[in-house]
Amino acid sequence: MLKIDKLKLQLGTNSYCYQLHANASHTTAILGKSGSGKSTLLNLIAGFLQPESGSISWNNQSLIGLSANQRPVTTLFQQHNLFMHLNVEQNIGLGISPDLKLTNNDYENIHRSLDEVGMAGYAKNRTANLSGGEQQRVALARCLLRKQPILLLDEPFSALDEHTRHEMIHLTRKVISDYKLCAILVTHNEDDADLLIATKHLLRDGILTQQAAGIANKNH
Amino acid sequence: MITKLHHALFIALVSILCIVTLPSHAAQTLTVYTYESFTSEWGPGPVIKTAFEKECDCTLNFVAIDSSAGILNRVQLEGKSSKADIVLGLDYNLMALAQDTGLLAESSVDLSQVKLPIEWDSKVFVPFDFGHFAFVYDTKTLSNPPTSLDELVNSPDDLKIIIQDPRTSTPGLGLLLWVKAVYGDDADSAWKKLKPKILTVTKGWSEAYFSLFLNGEAPMVLSYDTSPGYHMAIDKTDQYQAAAFDEGHYLQIEVAALLKSSPNQELGNAFLQFLISKEAQSAIPLTNVMYPSIDIGDALPPEFSKLIKPSKSLLLDTETVRDERKGWIDEWLESAN
Amino acid sequence: MQLTMFQRWWLPGAVALILLALLVGLPLIALIVSTSDLNLQTTLNNTYYKRVIWFSFYQALISAVLSVGLAIPLAQALSREQKFLGRQMLINLFSLSLVIPTIVAIFGIVAVFGRTGWLNSAIGQLGFEPFSIYGLSGILIAHVFFNLPLATRVLLQSLDNIPHEQWRLSTQLRMPGLAQFKYVEWPAMRTQLIGVFMVIFTLCFTSFTIVMTLGGGPRATTVEVAIYQALRFDFDINTAVSLAIAQLVFCTALLLASALFKHDASIGFSYKPVEHLYRPTSTHRWRNRLLILLGTLFVVTPLLGMIMSAINPASIKVLTHTNTVQATINTVIIAIVTAFLSVGIGVSLLISSRHLRIRAQKHNLGQWIQHAGNIILVMPPVVLGTGLFLLLRNVADVFSIALVLTIIINSLMALPFVLRILDGPLMQAANHHDKLIQSLGISGWSRWRLLDWPLIRKPMGFALGIAATLAAGDFSAIALFGSERATTLPLLLFQRIGSYRLHEAATTAGILLVVCLILFTAMQSMTSRTIFWRSHAKD
Repeated sequence: MLKIDKLKLQLGTNSYCYQLHANASHTTAILGKSGSGKSTLLNLIAGFLQPESGSISWNNQSLIGLSANQRPVTTLFQQHNLFMHLNVEQNIGLGISPDLKLTNNDYENIHRSLDEVGMAGYAKNRTANLSGGEQQRVALARCLLRKQPILLLDEPFSALDEHTRHEMIHLTRKVISDYKLCAILVTHNEDDADLLIATKHLLRDGILTQQAAGIANKNH
Repeated sequence: MITKLHHALFIALVSILCIVTLPSHAAQTLTVYTYESFTSEWGPGPVIKTAFEKECDCTLNFVAIDSSAGILNRVQLEGKSSKADIVLGLDYNLMALAQDTGLLAESSVDLSQVKLPIEWDSKVFVPFDFGHFAFVYDTKTLSNPPTSLDELVNSPDDLKIIIQDPRTSTPGLGLLLWVKAVYGDDADSAWKKLKPKILTVTKGWSEAYFSLFLNGEAPMVLSYDTSPGYHMAIDKTDQYQAAAFDEGHYLQIEVAALLKSSPNQELGNAFLQFLISKEAQSAIPLTNVMYPSIDIGDALPPEFSKLIKPSKSLLLDTETVRDERKGWIDEWLESAN
Repeated sequence: MQLTMFQRWWLPGAVALILLALLVGLPLIALIVSTSDLNLQTTLNNTYYKRVIWFSFYQALISAVLSVGLAIPLAQALSREQKFLGRQMLINLFSLSLVIPTIVAIFGIVAVFGRTGWLNSAIGQLGFEPFSIYGLSGILIAHVFFNLPLATRVLLQSLDNIPHEQWRLSTQLRMPGLAQFKYVEWPAMRTQLIGVFMVIFTLCFTSFTIVMTLGGGPRATTVEVAIYQALRFDFDINTAVSLAIAQLVFCTALLLASALFKHDASIGFSYKPVEHLYRPTSTHRWRNRLLILLGTLFVVTPLLGMIMSAINPASIKVLTHTNTVQATINTVIIAIVTAFLSVGIGVSLLISSRHLRIRAQKHNLGQWIQHAGNIILVMPPVVLGTGLFLLLRNVADVFSIALVLTIIINSLMALPFVLRILDGPLMQAANHHDKLIQSLGISGWSRWRLLDWPLIRKPMGFALGIAATLAAGDFSAIALFGSERATTLPLLLFQRIGSYRLHEAATTAGILLVVCLILFTAMQSMTSRTIFWRSHAKD
């Protein structure tokens, strides 16, 4: 279980305070307008930002002080998930080995995960030639290979067209339940949350509390 | 990334060190800083090198500095670490200034044979030739040259002359002093009148004479009363003549001196002594195109008797030049440019 | 976060900054210390030096006005004539003036505009008096030759960026040509105008090689050249230092002044052709074509003059002369070491600056670290050289270490170009991906090898090429420290132009140009992937 308690941060004139508990095999959606502090929360969980006080823990182990790559976290960003000068296989390989030293076993795993996201046979393709949806699938394949229990979804569907978006959400939902991931979705589109069968929380002016979240849930 | 950079930096540093530590060997080699025309193939340099090397068992190495007065600046810039043993090509005007740098040594040269228009009493400098500054003109393009400095100054502006920069060239400085000797405090206004006639100011004498004047860029150039001697003797032509000026001509005595920092004091003195030997001096008239500083008798080419005889030798005291040079040059920079 | 802190992101930048501090700071201190026992006012009150300072501003002003003033109609003509054979080639040619060594171009200009040049021969045939290129006129011609193409490219780019709706609109409104200029083209150019004007003014103000070669004696002298003359002609350290300090102040003021006007940082470097743009057919096609023809002639003839005169009766003598051979070797050494040194410093600064700007969110600090590399803009080569001279003259014979000093100055001169070329690609390699890179834990050497290098190797080759070419063609540093013991091709070329041996000069210019071309190509190909390391086995 991911536990976030009284997590506080001041950035310029904005102050943020988060309270959130999220379970594995389940998606927790954070809804809010832009600027409400959704991304800040993800940045804190992922370790891109350091809180001033409060705690984040996963299965009762604190994540505070761990660097981004030491945390049990993997992120699917809205875009720029892939390096355009590397091919599909290499992009996924980076999730296993940051210096891209891969064994034959690694390559098999890469191919298997590509299969899983419906991209079998694309291993050697140039990333730049992929469509937006295909790129997100490849990125998801890397998230799976990293085998991290927490999946952060930073509006990963909002740059996709309607049809691709549905496909992608469906795939993500399957992956979350198959791999028993604890997924945190940040979005301004409530529909995304509904399609992922997520518990919805509303973030307002940088404050997220379980109580407020509960109210938000009822309201929607 | 960091290692890569280290590699690049390391290579760069090593290359720099390699350049710095290039070996320099100094077996019996005498290095002489001089001006360009002295070392050119038709100049006195090659003749003197061959003759001196025959008797000294050493290598004589002439280094051409880009201009005559530049030789002094150069040894000053190099200071005590100068590679030069001898400076050759300064003149009487710069003597006091050069001596003040403290870089020059007294020589042990016997100067008893020296025969100049003035008494020689310097122990540091060895005079190796002399002549008078004069404007040389092309008789084909200029039939009536001015007969006095004043006439030149007051000529119409379409009479173009080429002169040298007094900061870098001894003839340039010579003209500055010539004008000063003739006009005194009015030199300023004389330069202002001369200004529109100056086609260009060159850094050294060679560029002015060879590259511009002889190529027909201007009908008149600042040079020496002796210059026509070369054209008459070698080119067999009277086309280029020196204009005799009523006020008299400014005297130039060219000198050489030994550097204190030179490890080859003995060899240096031997060279300076050789420089005023009859053998070396006989080469002066037709290679450096100046009068020799000793009596060489019949060795003086007969054409030299046809040269103009200045009505008066003008010369300012070398100490005065030392004290006033900077101010006068500033004045010249202001009014002649 | 602890681990990332531990990853020594600051190390390359710190090394580079310390190196810069030593190379620039010590000479600067030497300059300032030696001002303590001299009276600045005496030099600056001297009428001659007052005139030198005035002339520096005056010629820079006219040069900038002419360059920008002529660029406006030329850019307009080029933008209105979208389709003619060789248009792109012409625009590429306009960037040549950025890489061609100044001294080589000067020779070309002498070949065309000089006393015995093409133009004077032509107008001599018509019975006109030949004009002299030495003096203000020569300086202006050379400055316009270098800066007109630069200004034209910048203005052309802003014209090409006009949204085509605006053109359509102006046509529908039946705007006459003048109104189109006033309401469509002028507003687009105006934003760039002051910026490019300031850049050109500063370039011309600190111009050295052109003024040295074409200045024609003390009549036309700038502060930059006067410093050189005080040092090398007069051994007048007091004057040299006073003028150097004055120049330092002027340059700082100019830089601050240009900072007030925001302008495109990529100025002149890249021209991106915009395709399929709607343009009205101009009613003044003959006028456009005439302008383009004149502009082309002005830029092309000196290059042509230089190339055509390169092979002549003196060529064999020049090619086989030991001076030429030694100078060529020195030039190549200087160019190669300079290229690696300045790209090394540049990349180091950028790596640390990028970390600060992107990951540590300390944007301003990062910017300042990067700006440290532009120090040469405040402290031009001759000023830096004077400082180095003062610093070292009691310790070493500066003429013996001429090549080292030249490499130092040239590296700093190339640094602003290197930074400008590499900043974009290095930032691009991190901008959108930094969080991803962080979460994947890619850092240090892996990050450089896998993520930075593939993106910056091409620009890095370009930067190496530019730095090498710049160093090979530079005259300002070697002018101060060069001698017969350490000559380079530009120094040799200067001496040969200076003594009016034009045949020898022509061949020397030809050699220098070939050397630059080879260096540029070789440096660019050095960064091809296979040379630096073997690519991944399964790639």
